[in-house]
Amino acid sequence: MSVAGRRKNSYVAYVFLAPALILLGVFVLYPFLDNFKLALYQSSPSPLIPSTYVGPSQFWQTITSSTFLQGLQATLIYTAIVVPFGLLFGLLLAVLANQKLRGMVIYRTIFSTTVISGVAVSAVIFDTLLNPVVGILPWLGININPLTSPTWALPVNALIGVWSYMGLAFIFCLAGLQSVDTSVLEAAECDGAGWWSTLFRVTIPMLSPTLFAALTLGTISALFSFGTINLLIGANAPSVNANVLGLQIYNNILVNQNFGIAACLCIALFIVTLIITGVMFRFLERRVSYAR
Amino acid sequence: MPAKALKHRFAKLASYTVLTVAAILVLFPLYMTVVTSLLDPTLIGHVPPYFYPPHPTWGIYADVFTQAHFGHYIVNSLIQSSLITIASVVTSLLAGYAFAMLEFPLKRTLFFLTLVTVAIPFEVTVTANYLTVVHLGYNATMIGMVLPFLASGFGIFLMRQAFLQVPYEIREASLIDGYGDVGFFFRVGIPLVRPMIGGLTLVSFLSAWNQYLWPLIQSSNTDSLRTAQIGLQTLFGSTTSITALNEYVAASIILIAPFFILLIFFQRQLIANLTSGAVK
Repeated sequence: MSVAGRRKNSYVAYVFLAPALILLGVFVLYPFLDNFKLALYQSSPSPLIPSTYVGPSQFWQTITSSTFLQGLQATLIYTAIVVPFGLLFGLLLAVLANQKLRGMVIYRTIFSTTVISGVAVSAVIFDTLLNPVVGILPWLGININPLTSPTWALPVNALIGVWSYMGLAFIFCLAGLQSVDTSVLEAAECDGAGWWSTLFRVTIPMLSPTLFAALTLGTISALFSFGTINLLIGANAPSVNANVLGLQIYNNILVNQNFGIAACLCIALFIVTLIITGVMFRFLERRVSYAR
Repeated sequence: MPAKALKHRFAKLASYTVLTVAAILVLFPLYMTVVTSLLDPTLIGHVPPYFYPPHPTWGIYADVFTQAHFGHYIVNSLIQSSLITIASVVTSLLAGYAFAMLEFPLKRTLFFLTLVTVAIPFEVTVTANYLTVVHLGYNATMIGMVLPFLASGFGIFLMRQAFLQVPYEIREASLIDGYGDVGFFFRVGIPLVRPMIGGLTLVSFLSAWNQYLWPLIQSSNTDSLRTAQIGLQTLFGSTTSITALNEYVAASIILIAPFFILLIFFQRQLIANLTSGAVK
Protein backbone atom coordinates (compact mmCIF):
# COMPACT_ATOMS: atom_id res chain seq x y z
CA MET A 1 0.00 0.00 0.00
CA SER A 2 1.28 3.49 -0.82
CA VAL A 3 2.37 5.92 1.88
CA ALA A 4 -0.41 8.32 0.90
CA GLY A 5 -2.96 5.50 1.25
CA ARG A 6 -1.70 4.60 4.67
CA ARG A 7 -1.89 8.19 5.88
CA LYS A 8 -5.49 8.49 4.70
CA ASN A 9 -6.12 5.21 6.48
CA SER A 10 -4.94 6.54 9.83
CA TYR A 11 -6.99 9.71 9.37
CA VAL A 12 -10.09 7.53 8.89
CA ALA A 13 -9.06 5.43 11.91
CA TYR A 14 -8.86 8.45 14.22
CA VAL A 15 -12.24 9.72 13.02
CA PHE A 16 -13.75 6.29 13.73
CA LEU A 17 -12.09 6.08 17.15
CA ALA A 18 -12.73 9.64 18.32
CA PRO A 19 -16.29 9.34 19.70
CA ALA A 20 -15.62 6.19 21.72
CA LEU A 21 -12.19 7.16 23.00
CA ILE A 22 -13.16 10.71 23.98
CA LEU A 23 -16.18 9.40 25.91
CA LEU A 24 -14.13 6.67 27.62
CA GLY A 25 -11.43 9.20 28.48
CA VAL A 26 -13.83 11.72 29.99
CA PHE A 27 -16.17 9.30 31.77
CA VAL A 28 -13.95 6.37 32.72
CA LEU A 29 -10.22 7.16 32.74
CA TYR A 30 -10.41 10.77 33.96
CA PRO A 31 -12.84 10.05 36.83
CA PHE A 32 -10.77 7.04 37.83
CA LEU A 33 -7.60 9.14 38.07
CA ASP A 34 -9.48 12.06 39.62
CA ASN A 35 -10.19 9.90 42.69
CA PHE A 36 -6.54 10.28 43.64
CA LYS A 37 -6.90 14.08 43.65
CA LEU A 38 -10.31 14.14 45.36
CA ALA A 39 -8.97 11.90 48.10
CA LEU A 40 -6.53 14.63 49.15
CA TYR A 41 -9.25 17.20 49.82
CA GLN A 42 -11.64 17.42 52.72
CA SER A 43 -15.16 18.22 51.53
CA SER A 44 -16.76 21.26 53.12
CA PRO A 45 -20.14 20.98 54.82
CA SER A 46 -21.65 23.35 52.25
CA PRO A 47 -21.14 23.32 48.47
CA LEU A 48 -20.58 27.11 48.65
CA ILE A 49 -17.35 26.73 50.66
CA PRO A 50 -14.43 25.26 48.67
CA SER A 51 -12.93 22.03 49.97
CA THR A 52 -9.61 22.20 51.77
CA TYR A 53 -6.38 20.35 51.02
CA VAL A 54 -5.57 17.84 53.74
CA GLY A 55 -3.17 15.51 51.93
CA PRO A 56 -2.85 11.72 52.18
CA SER A 57 -3.75 11.75 55.89
CA GLN A 58 -7.44 11.64 54.96
CA PHE A 59 -6.89 8.38 53.09
CA TRP A 60 -5.03 6.79 56.02
CA GLN A 61 -7.63 7.96 58.50
CA THR A 62 -10.43 6.59 56.34
CA ILE A 63 -8.93 3.14 55.83
CA THR A 64 -7.98 2.72 59.49
CA SER A 65 -11.40 3.81 60.80
CA SER A 66 -13.59 1.18 62.40
CA THR A 67 -16.39 2.00 59.92
CA PHE A 68 -14.13 1.07 57.02
CA LEU A 69 -12.81 -2.08 58.67
CA GLN A 70 -16.31 -3.30 59.54
CA GLY A 71 -17.41 -2.46 56.00
CA LEU A 72 -14.46 -4.35 54.54
CA GLN A 73 -15.33 -7.36 56.65
CA ALA A 74 -18.98 -7.26 55.55
CA THR A 75 -17.92 -6.86 51.90
CA LEU A 76 -15.57 -9.84 52.07
CA ILE A 77 -18.15 -12.06 53.81
CA TYR A 78 -20.78 -11.09 51.24
CA THR A 79 -18.42 -11.87 48.35
CA ALA A 80 -17.24 -15.13 49.92
CA ILE A 81 -20.86 -16.33 50.02
CA VAL A 82 -22.12 -15.00 46.69
CA VAL A 83 -19.33 -16.04 44.36
CA PRO A 84 -18.56 -19.68 45.30
CA PHE A 85 -22.20 -20.68 45.79
CA GLY A 86 -23.46 -18.79 42.75
CA LEU A 87 -20.75 -20.31 40.57
CA LEU A 88 -21.33 -23.83 41.94
CA PHE A 89 -25.11 -23.68 41.39
CA GLY A 90 -24.66 -22.10 37.96
CA LEU A 91 -22.24 -24.88 36.97
CA LEU A 92 -24.55 -27.63 38.23
CA LEU A 93 -27.51 -26.16 36.35
CA ALA A 94 -25.40 -25.86 33.20
CA VAL A 95 -24.28 -29.50 33.42
CA LEU A 96 -27.94 -30.51 33.87
CA ALA A 97 -29.09 -28.35 30.96
CA ASN A 98 -26.37 -29.53 28.61
CA GLN A 99 -28.02 -32.93 28.07
CA LYS A 100 -29.58 -33.70 24.72
CA LEU A 101 -33.22 -34.09 25.70
CA ARG A 102 -36.49 -32.84 24.27
CA GLY A 103 -37.82 -29.65 25.83
CA MET A 104 -34.38 -28.58 27.07
CA VAL A 105 -34.92 -25.06 25.76
CA ILE A 106 -37.62 -24.56 28.42
CA TYR A 107 -35.26 -25.56 31.24
CA ARG A 108 -32.49 -23.37 29.83
CA THR A 109 -34.85 -20.41 29.71
CA ILE A 110 -35.94 -20.99 33.31
CA PHE A 111 -32.35 -21.30 34.53
CA SER A 112 -31.36 -18.04 32.82
CA THR A 113 -34.24 -16.02 34.28
CA THR A 114 -32.40 -14.77 37.35
CA VAL A 115 -30.20 -12.71 35.00
CA ILE A 116 -33.06 -10.44 33.99
CA SER A 117 -34.04 -9.26 37.47
CA GLY A 118 -32.22 -6.07 38.39
CA VAL A 119 -31.39 -5.02 41.91
CA ALA A 120 -34.77 -3.45 42.73
CA VAL A 121 -36.74 -6.40 41.38
CA SER A 122 -34.61 -8.97 43.24
CA ALA A 123 -35.06 -6.99 46.44
CA VAL A 124 -38.85 -6.93 46.03
CA ILE A 125 -38.98 -10.65 45.19
CA PHE A 126 -37.02 -11.68 48.28
CA ASP A 127 -38.68 -9.14 50.54
CA THR A 128 -42.01 -10.69 49.63
CA LEU A 129 -40.64 -14.14 50.35
CA LEU A 130 -38.81 -13.33 53.59
CA ASN A 131 -41.06 -10.66 55.06
CA PRO A 132 -41.89 -11.62 58.68
CA VAL A 133 -45.59 -10.84 58.18
CA VAL A 134 -46.46 -11.78 54.62
CA GLY A 135 -43.67 -14.17 53.62
CA ILE A 136 -43.29 -17.90 54.06
CA LEU A 137 -41.09 -17.75 57.18
CA PRO A 138 -43.97 -17.78 59.74
CA TRP A 139 -45.34 -20.86 57.97
CA LEU A 140 -41.95 -22.52 58.35
CA GLY A 141 -42.03 -21.69 62.06
CA ILE A 142 -39.36 -19.00 61.85
CA ASN A 143 -40.54 -15.91 63.68
CA ILE A 144 -37.59 -13.57 63.36
CA ASN A 145 -37.12 -10.91 60.74
CA PRO A 146 -33.77 -11.85 59.15
CA LEU A 147 -33.36 -8.33 57.79
CA THR A 148 -33.19 -6.77 61.26
CA SER A 149 -31.01 -9.49 62.74
CA PRO A 150 -27.27 -8.72 63.08
CA THR A 151 -26.55 -12.40 62.41
CA TRP A 152 -28.76 -12.94 59.38
CA ALA A 153 -29.06 -9.60 57.58
CA LEU A 154 -25.83 -9.96 55.60
CA PRO A 155 -26.15 -13.69 54.76
CA VAL A 156 -29.74 -13.13 53.58
CA ASN A 157 -28.61 -10.38 51.22
CA ALA A 158 -25.81 -12.66 50.06
CA LEU A 159 -28.46 -15.31 49.34
CA ILE A 160 -30.20 -12.83 47.04
CA GLY A 161 -26.80 -12.20 45.45
CA VAL A 162 -26.32 -15.96 44.94
CA TRP A 163 -29.71 -16.18 43.22
CA SER A 164 -28.91 -13.26 40.88
CA TYR A 165 -25.35 -14.35 40.05
CA MET A 166 -26.37 -18.00 39.56
CA GLY A 167 -28.15 -17.14 36.28
CA LEU A 168 -25.12 -15.38 34.85
CA ALA A 169 -22.82 -18.22 35.95
CA PHE A 170 -25.27 -20.66 34.33
CA ILE A 171 -25.16 -18.80 31.01
CA PHE A 172 -21.37 -18.66 31.03
CA CYS A 173 -20.99 -22.33 31.93
CA LEU A 174 -23.57 -23.49 29.38
CA ALA A 175 -21.88 -21.51 26.62
CA GLY A 176 -18.55 -23.01 27.71
CA LEU A 177 -19.96 -26.54 27.79
CA GLN A 178 -21.40 -26.14 24.33
CA SER A 179 -17.99 -25.26 22.97
CA VAL A 180 -16.43 -28.34 24.61
CA ASP A 181 -15.65 -30.93 21.97
CA THR A 182 -18.23 -33.70 22.45
CA SER A 183 -15.87 -36.32 21.03
CA VAL A 184 -13.70 -35.94 24.14
CA LEU A 185 -16.71 -36.60 26.36
CA GLU A 186 -17.70 -39.58 24.24
CA ALA A 187 -14.15 -40.91 24.47
CA ALA A 188 -14.31 -40.64 28.26
CA GLU A 189 -17.59 -42.53 28.23
CA CYS A 190 -16.10 -45.23 26.01
CA ASP A 191 -13.18 -45.59 28.42
CA GLY A 192 -15.73 -46.42 31.09
CA ALA A 193 -15.50 -43.14 33.02
CA GLY A 194 -18.59 -42.59 35.19
CA TRP A 195 -20.68 -39.43 35.33
CA TRP A 196 -18.81 -37.95 38.32
CA SER A 197 -15.32 -38.71 37.12
CA THR A 198 -16.18 -37.34 33.66
CA LEU A 199 -17.45 -34.18 35.36
CA PHE A 200 -14.37 -33.65 37.53
CA ARG A 201 -11.64 -35.02 35.27
CA VAL A 202 -12.86 -33.92 31.84
CA THR A 203 -15.69 -31.38 31.88
CA ILE A 204 -14.48 -29.02 34.62
CA PRO A 205 -10.86 -28.88 33.38
CA MET A 206 -12.09 -28.18 29.86
CA LEU A 207 -14.42 -25.55 31.23
CA SER A 208 -11.74 -23.90 33.34
CA PRO A 209 -11.25 -20.78 31.14
CA THR A 210 -15.01 -20.10 31.33
CA LEU A 211 -15.15 -20.75 35.07
CA PHE A 212 -12.21 -18.42 35.58
CA ALA A 213 -13.89 -15.63 33.57
CA ALA A 214 -17.17 -16.06 35.49
CA LEU A 215 -15.25 -16.15 38.78
CA THR A 216 -13.35 -12.90 38.22
CA LEU A 217 -16.36 -11.04 36.80
CA GLY A 218 -18.57 -12.25 39.66
CA THR A 219 -16.00 -11.32 42.29
CA ILE A 220 -15.56 -7.77 41.00
CA SER A 221 -19.32 -7.16 40.85
CA ALA A 222 -19.92 -8.73 44.29
CA LEU A 223 -17.23 -6.57 45.91
CA PHE A 224 -19.03 -3.44 44.71
CA SER A 225 -22.66 -4.48 45.23
CA PHE A 226 -24.85 -2.71 47.73
CA GLY A 227 -28.25 -2.39 46.02
CA THR A 228 -30.35 -4.96 47.89
CA ILE A 229 -28.79 -3.92 51.22
CA ASN A 230 -29.65 -0.28 50.47
CA LEU A 231 -33.23 -1.23 49.62
CA LEU A 232 -33.98 -3.84 52.26
CA ILE A 233 -31.96 -2.54 55.22
CA GLY A 234 -31.09 1.07 54.38
CA ALA A 235 -29.97 3.23 57.29
CA ASN A 236 -29.86 0.24 59.67
CA ALA A 237 -27.02 -1.39 57.74
CA PRO A 238 -24.26 -0.47 60.25
CA SER A 239 -26.22 -1.83 63.22
CA VAL A 240 -26.83 -5.20 61.54
CA ASN A 241 -23.21 -5.65 60.33
CA ALA A 242 -24.15 -5.09 56.69
CA ASN A 243 -22.53 -1.72 55.97
CA VAL A 244 -20.67 -2.93 52.88
CA LEU A 245 -18.17 -0.58 51.21
CA GLY A 246 -20.34 -0.06 48.11
CA LEU A 247 -23.08 1.27 50.37
CA GLN A 248 -20.62 3.55 52.18
CA ILE A 249 -19.47 5.01 48.84
CA TYR A 250 -23.06 5.65 47.80
CA ASN A 251 -23.96 7.26 51.14
CA ASN A 252 -20.90 9.50 51.07
CA ILE A 253 -21.76 10.78 47.62
CA LEU A 254 -25.49 11.20 47.81
CA VAL A 255 -26.38 11.47 51.48
CA ASN A 256 -23.34 13.12 53.10
CA GLN A 257 -21.99 14.80 49.91
CA ASN A 258 -18.55 13.95 51.27
CA PHE A 259 -16.65 13.43 48.02
CA GLY A 260 -13.21 13.25 49.64
CA ILE A 261 -14.18 10.26 51.76
CA ALA A 262 -16.06 8.70 48.84
CA ALA A 263 -12.90 8.94 46.70
CA CYS A 264 -10.78 7.40 49.49
CA LEU A 265 -13.25 4.51 49.75
CA CYS A 266 -13.25 4.05 45.95
CA ILE A 267 -9.46 3.83 45.89
CA ALA A 268 -9.40 1.42 48.84
CA LEU A 269 -12.05 -0.84 47.34
CA PHE A 270 -10.33 -0.78 43.97
CA ILE A 271 -7.07 -1.84 45.65
CA VAL A 272 -8.89 -4.65 47.46
CA THR A 273 -10.36 -5.76 44.11
CA LEU A 274 -6.91 -5.67 42.49
CA ILE A 275 -5.40 -7.75 45.28
CA ILE A 276 -8.14 -10.39 45.18
CA THR A 277 -8.25 -10.69 41.38
CA GLY A 278 -4.43 -10.60 41.36
CA VAL A 279 -4.30 -13.54 43.76
CA MET A 280 -6.82 -15.38 41.55
CA PHE A 281 -4.68 -14.81 38.47
CA ARG A 282 -1.53 -15.81 40.32
CA PHE A 283 -2.83 -19.03 41.87
CA LEU A 284 -5.76 -20.13 39.73
CA GLU A 285 -4.92 -19.08 36.21
CA ARG A 286 -1.94 -21.44 36.18
CA ARG A 287 -4.39 -24.27 36.65
CA VAL A 288 -6.64 -23.05 33.84
CA SER A 289 -5.98 -25.09 30.75
CA TYR A 290 -6.45 -23.02 27.64
CA ALA A 291 -5.31 -25.85 25.40
CA ARG A 292 -8.16 -27.47 23.56
CA MET B 1 -37.95 -54.68 26.33
CA PRO B 2 -34.15 -55.15 26.21
CA ALA B 3 -32.33 -54.26 29.41
CA LYS B 4 -30.29 -51.54 27.74
CA ALA B 5 -33.34 -49.68 26.43
CA LEU B 6 -34.95 -49.91 29.86
CA LYS B 7 -31.84 -48.48 31.49
CA HIS B 8 -31.83 -45.67 28.94
CA ARG B 9 -35.47 -44.86 29.72
CA PHE B 10 -34.76 -44.85 33.43
CA ALA B 11 -31.81 -42.47 32.97
CA LYS B 12 -34.01 -40.15 30.92
CA LEU B 13 -36.70 -40.13 33.59
CA ALA B 14 -34.09 -39.42 36.28
CA SER B 15 -32.72 -36.52 34.20
CA TYR B 16 -36.14 -34.97 33.76
CA THR B 17 -36.90 -35.34 37.48
CA VAL B 18 -33.67 -33.60 38.52
CA LEU B 19 -34.19 -30.87 35.90
CA THR B 20 -37.76 -30.23 37.02
CA VAL B 21 -36.83 -30.03 40.70
CA ALA B 22 -34.04 -27.58 39.85
CA ALA B 23 -36.42 -25.52 37.70
CA ILE B 24 -38.96 -25.32 40.53
CA LEU B 25 -36.27 -24.21 43.01
CA VAL B 26 -34.98 -21.51 40.63
CA LEU B 27 -38.44 -20.22 39.74
CA PHE B 28 -39.96 -20.43 43.23
CA PRO B 29 -39.08 -16.88 44.40
CA LEU B 30 -40.36 -15.40 41.14
CA TYR B 31 -43.46 -17.59 41.16
CA MET B 32 -44.39 -16.58 44.72
CA THR B 33 -44.01 -12.94 43.70
CA VAL B 34 -46.49 -13.43 40.85
CA VAL B 35 -48.90 -15.20 43.22
CA THR B 36 -48.63 -12.39 45.79
CA SER B 37 -49.34 -9.77 43.13
CA LEU B 38 -52.59 -11.54 42.23
CA LEU B 39 -53.80 -12.16 45.78
CA ASP B 40 -56.61 -10.16 47.26
CA PRO B 41 -54.90 -7.84 49.83
CA THR B 42 -56.85 -9.47 52.67
CA LEU B 43 -55.29 -12.84 51.85
CA ILE B 44 -51.70 -11.57 51.95
CA GLY B 45 -49.89 -12.79 55.04
CA HIS B 46 -52.13 -15.82 55.49
CA VAL B 47 -50.55 -18.79 57.30
CA PRO B 48 -50.11 -21.22 55.59
CA PRO B 49 -49.34 -19.04 52.56
CA TYR B 50 -51.29 -19.38 49.34
CA PHE B 51 -49.27 -21.11 46.67
CA TYR B 52 -51.78 -20.11 44.02
CA PRO B 53 -54.24 -17.18 43.96
CA PRO B 54 -57.79 -18.46 44.72
CA HIS B 55 -59.43 -15.40 43.12
CA PRO B 56 -56.81 -13.65 40.98
CA THR B 57 -57.24 -9.86 41.08
CA TRP B 58 -55.70 -8.49 37.92
CA GLY B 59 -56.80 -4.93 38.67
CA ILE B 60 -53.61 -4.25 40.58
CA TYR B 61 -51.68 -4.26 37.31
CA ALA B 62 -53.82 -1.38 36.05
CA ASP B 63 -53.40 0.47 39.37
CA VAL B 64 -49.62 0.35 38.98
CA PHE B 65 -49.95 2.43 35.83
CA THR B 66 -52.68 4.80 36.97
CA GLN B 67 -51.84 5.42 40.63
CA ALA B 68 -48.11 4.85 40.85
CA HIS B 69 -47.06 6.73 37.64
CA PHE B 70 -45.43 3.58 36.39
CA GLY B 71 -46.31 4.32 32.79
CA HIS B 72 -44.21 7.46 33.08
CA TYR B 73 -41.28 5.64 34.72
CA ILE B 74 -41.32 2.97 32.03
CA VAL B 75 -41.24 5.62 29.29
CA ASN B 76 -38.22 7.20 31.05
CA SER B 77 -36.52 3.80 31.22
CA LEU B 78 -37.22 3.14 27.54
CA ILE B 79 -35.70 6.51 26.56
CA GLN B 80 -32.68 6.06 28.85
CA SER B 81 -31.99 2.46 27.81
CA SER B 82 -32.52 3.16 24.08
CA LEU B 83 -30.20 6.17 24.07
CA ILE B 84 -27.47 4.25 25.89
CA THR B 85 -27.88 1.19 23.67
CA ILE B 86 -27.92 3.05 20.33
CA ALA B 87 -24.99 5.30 21.24
CA SER B 88 -22.81 2.55 22.69
CA VAL B 89 -23.47 0.19 19.77
CA VAL B 90 -22.59 2.92 17.24
CA THR B 91 -19.42 4.05 19.04
CA SER B 92 -18.37 0.41 19.58
CA LEU B 93 -18.92 -0.44 15.90
CA LEU B 94 -16.79 2.49 14.74
CA ALA B 95 -13.96 1.91 17.21
CA GLY B 96 -14.08 -1.88 16.88
CA TYR B 97 -13.77 -1.55 13.11
CA ALA B 98 -10.77 0.76 13.44
CA PHE B 99 -8.97 -1.56 15.89
CA ALA B 100 -9.62 -4.65 13.77
CA MET B 101 -9.26 -3.43 10.19
CA LEU B 102 -7.10 -0.31 10.08
CA GLU B 103 -3.44 0.41 10.70
CA PHE B 104 -2.51 3.66 12.43
CA PRO B 105 0.09 5.03 14.87
CA LEU B 106 -0.51 4.38 18.61
CA LYS B 107 -2.90 1.50 17.80
CA ARG B 108 -1.53 -0.80 20.51
CA THR B 109 -1.46 1.94 23.17
CA LEU B 110 -5.03 3.05 22.44
CA PHE B 111 -6.29 -0.52 22.45
CA PHE B 112 -4.55 -1.17 25.76
CA LEU B 113 -6.20 1.93 27.26
CA THR B 114 -9.58 0.67 25.99
CA LEU B 115 -9.02 -2.64 27.76
CA VAL B 116 -8.03 -0.78 30.95
CA THR B 117 -11.46 0.91 30.96
CA VAL B 118 -13.10 -2.55 30.98
CA ALA B 119 -11.32 -3.33 34.24
CA ILE B 120 -12.51 -0.16 36.03
CA PRO B 121 -15.90 -0.74 37.69
CA PHE B 122 -18.36 2.10 37.19
CA GLU B 123 -18.70 2.51 40.96
CA VAL B 124 -15.06 3.62 41.19
CA THR B 125 -15.69 6.49 38.78
CA VAL B 126 -18.99 7.63 40.21
CA THR B 127 -17.70 10.43 42.45
CA ALA B 128 -15.89 12.35 39.72
CA ASN B 129 -18.61 11.57 37.17
CA TYR B 130 -21.18 13.11 39.46
CA LEU B 131 -19.05 16.25 39.78
CA THR B 132 -18.44 16.34 35.99
CA VAL B 133 -22.15 16.10 35.21
CA VAL B 134 -22.92 18.80 37.80
CA HIS B 135 -20.26 21.09 36.27
CA LEU B 136 -21.64 20.52 32.78
CA GLY B 137 -25.08 21.54 34.08
CA TYR B 138 -26.69 18.21 33.20
CA ASN B 139 -27.29 16.96 36.75
CA ALA B 140 -30.78 15.48 37.16
CA THR B 141 -31.52 15.58 33.43
CA MET B 142 -31.93 12.80 30.87
CA ILE B 143 -28.60 13.84 29.30
CA GLY B 144 -26.87 13.48 32.66
CA MET B 145 -28.55 10.12 33.11
CA VAL B 146 -27.04 8.62 29.92
CA LEU B 147 -23.83 10.63 29.41
CA PRO B 148 -21.33 8.33 31.19
CA PHE B 149 -22.53 5.25 29.26
CA LEU B 150 -22.42 6.30 25.61
CA ALA B 151 -19.23 4.34 24.95
CA SER B 152 -18.26 0.95 26.32
CA GLY B 153 -14.84 -0.66 26.39
CA PHE B 154 -16.49 -4.08 26.52
CA GLY B 155 -18.59 -3.25 23.43
CA ILE B 156 -15.50 -2.09 21.52
CA PHE B 157 -13.73 -5.31 22.43
CA LEU B 158 -16.69 -7.45 21.25
CA MET B 159 -16.95 -5.55 17.97
CA ARG B 160 -13.22 -5.78 17.35
CA GLN B 161 -13.43 -9.56 17.84
CA ALA B 162 -16.34 -9.71 15.37
CA PHE B 163 -14.53 -7.65 12.72
CA LEU B 164 -11.35 -9.72 13.16
CA GLN B 165 -13.32 -12.73 11.93
CA VAL B 166 -14.09 -11.01 8.63
CA PRO B 167 -11.66 -12.61 6.16
CA TYR B 168 -9.05 -10.17 4.94
CA GLU B 169 -9.61 -11.29 1.33
CA ILE B 170 -13.16 -9.89 1.44
CA ARG B 171 -11.75 -6.52 2.38
CA GLU B 172 -9.08 -6.58 -0.31
CA ALA B 173 -11.61 -7.61 -2.92
CA SER B 174 -13.90 -4.74 -2.02
CA LEU B 175 -11.01 -2.25 -2.02
CA ILE B 176 -10.33 -3.30 -5.58
CA ASP B 177 -14.02 -2.84 -6.32
CA GLY B 178 -13.49 0.80 -5.37
CA TYR B 179 -14.95 0.91 -1.87
CA GLY B 180 -13.00 3.17 0.46
CA ASP B 181 -12.84 2.43 4.18
CA VAL B 182 -16.09 4.25 4.85
CA GLY B 183 -17.91 2.52 2.01
CA PHE B 184 -16.57 -0.87 3.07
CA PHE B 185 -17.61 -0.23 6.68
CA PHE B 186 -21.21 0.54 5.77
CA ARG B 187 -21.78 -1.83 2.83
CA VAL B 188 -19.72 -4.87 3.79
CA GLY B 189 -18.55 -4.60 7.41
CA ILE B 190 -21.81 -3.88 9.19
CA PRO B 191 -23.83 -6.61 7.41
CA LEU B 192 -21.12 -9.17 8.24
CA VAL B 193 -21.14 -8.46 11.99
CA ARG B 194 -24.94 -8.20 12.26
CA PRO B 195 -25.26 -11.15 14.70
CA MET B 196 -22.85 -9.47 17.10
CA ILE B 197 -24.72 -6.17 16.77
CA GLY B 198 -27.87 -8.03 17.84
CA GLY B 199 -26.13 -9.56 20.81
CA LEU B 200 -24.53 -6.32 21.95
CA THR B 201 -27.87 -4.52 21.60
CA LEU B 202 -29.59 -7.06 23.82
CA VAL B 203 -26.86 -7.06 26.48
CA SER B 204 -26.53 -3.24 26.50
CA PHE B 205 -30.27 -2.74 26.76
CA LEU B 206 -30.65 -5.23 29.60
CA SER B 207 -27.80 -3.74 31.61
CA ALA B 208 -29.04 -0.17 31.00
CA TRP B 209 -32.59 -1.15 31.99
CA ASN B 210 -31.29 -2.71 35.21
CA GLN B 211 -28.98 0.18 36.13
CA TYR B 212 -29.40 1.24 39.71
CA LEU B 213 -26.65 3.41 41.24
CA TRP B 214 -26.42 6.15 38.61
CA PRO B 215 -30.17 6.58 37.93
CA LEU B 216 -30.66 6.74 41.70
CA ILE B 217 -28.10 9.53 41.98
CA GLN B 218 -29.57 11.41 39.02
CA SER B 219 -33.25 11.11 39.85
CA SER B 220 -33.60 10.56 43.59
CA ASN B 221 -35.02 14.06 44.00
CA THR B 222 -36.58 14.43 40.56
CA ASP B 223 -39.75 12.38 40.24
CA SER B 224 -40.28 13.23 36.55
CA LEU B 225 -36.90 11.68 35.67
CA ARG B 226 -37.17 8.41 37.57
CA THR B 227 -36.53 5.20 35.68
CA ALA B 228 -38.68 2.18 36.38
CA GLN B 229 -36.07 0.67 38.72
CA ILE B 230 -35.93 3.86 40.78
CA GLY B 231 -39.72 4.22 40.64
CA LEU B 232 -39.94 0.73 42.09
CA GLN B 233 -37.32 1.61 44.71
CA THR B 234 -39.28 4.72 45.72
CA LEU B 235 -42.60 2.88 45.82
CA PHE B 236 -40.99 0.11 47.86
CA GLY B 237 -39.32 2.52 50.26
CA SER B 238 -42.39 4.67 50.85
CA THR B 239 -44.80 1.83 51.55
CA THR B 240 -45.23 0.32 54.94
CA SER B 241 -48.79 -1.00 54.70
CA ILE B 242 -49.35 -4.58 53.70
CA THR B 243 -52.26 -3.70 51.44
CA ALA B 244 -49.99 -1.63 49.21
CA LEU B 245 -47.57 -4.51 49.00
CA ASN B 246 -49.04 -6.12 45.95
CA GLU B 247 -48.78 -2.80 44.12
CA TYR B 248 -44.97 -2.78 44.13
CA VAL B 249 -44.88 -6.52 43.72
CA ALA B 250 -46.97 -6.15 40.55
CA ALA B 251 -44.69 -3.31 39.44
CA SER B 252 -41.65 -5.55 39.75
CA ILE B 253 -43.36 -8.22 37.61
CA ILE B 254 -44.13 -5.60 34.95
CA LEU B 255 -40.45 -4.62 34.91
CA ILE B 256 -39.14 -8.09 34.09
CA ALA B 257 -42.02 -9.45 31.98
CA PRO B 258 -40.72 -8.04 28.66
CA PHE B 259 -37.31 -9.61 29.26
CA PHE B 260 -38.89 -12.90 30.24
CA ILE B 261 -40.58 -12.98 26.84
CA LEU B 262 -37.39 -11.89 25.05
CA LEU B 263 -35.48 -14.61 26.88
CA ILE B 264 -37.86 -17.27 25.58
CA PHE B 265 -37.23 -16.21 21.98
CA PHE B 266 -33.59 -15.12 22.10
CA GLN B 267 -32.17 -17.43 24.78
CA ARG B 268 -29.75 -19.04 22.34
CA GLN B 269 -28.40 -15.71 21.05
CA LEU B 270 -28.15 -14.30 24.56
CA ILE B 271 -26.05 -17.24 25.69
CA ALA B 272 -23.84 -17.00 22.62
CA ASN B 273 -23.33 -13.24 22.88
CA LEU B 274 -23.13 -12.53 26.59
CA THR B 275 -20.14 -14.78 26.68
CA SER B 276 -18.47 -14.42 23.31
CA GLY B 277 -15.82 -12.10 24.72
CA ALA B 278 -15.02 -14.13 27.77
CA VAL B 279 -15.42 -17.76 26.76
CA LYS B 280 -12.44 -19.13 24.88
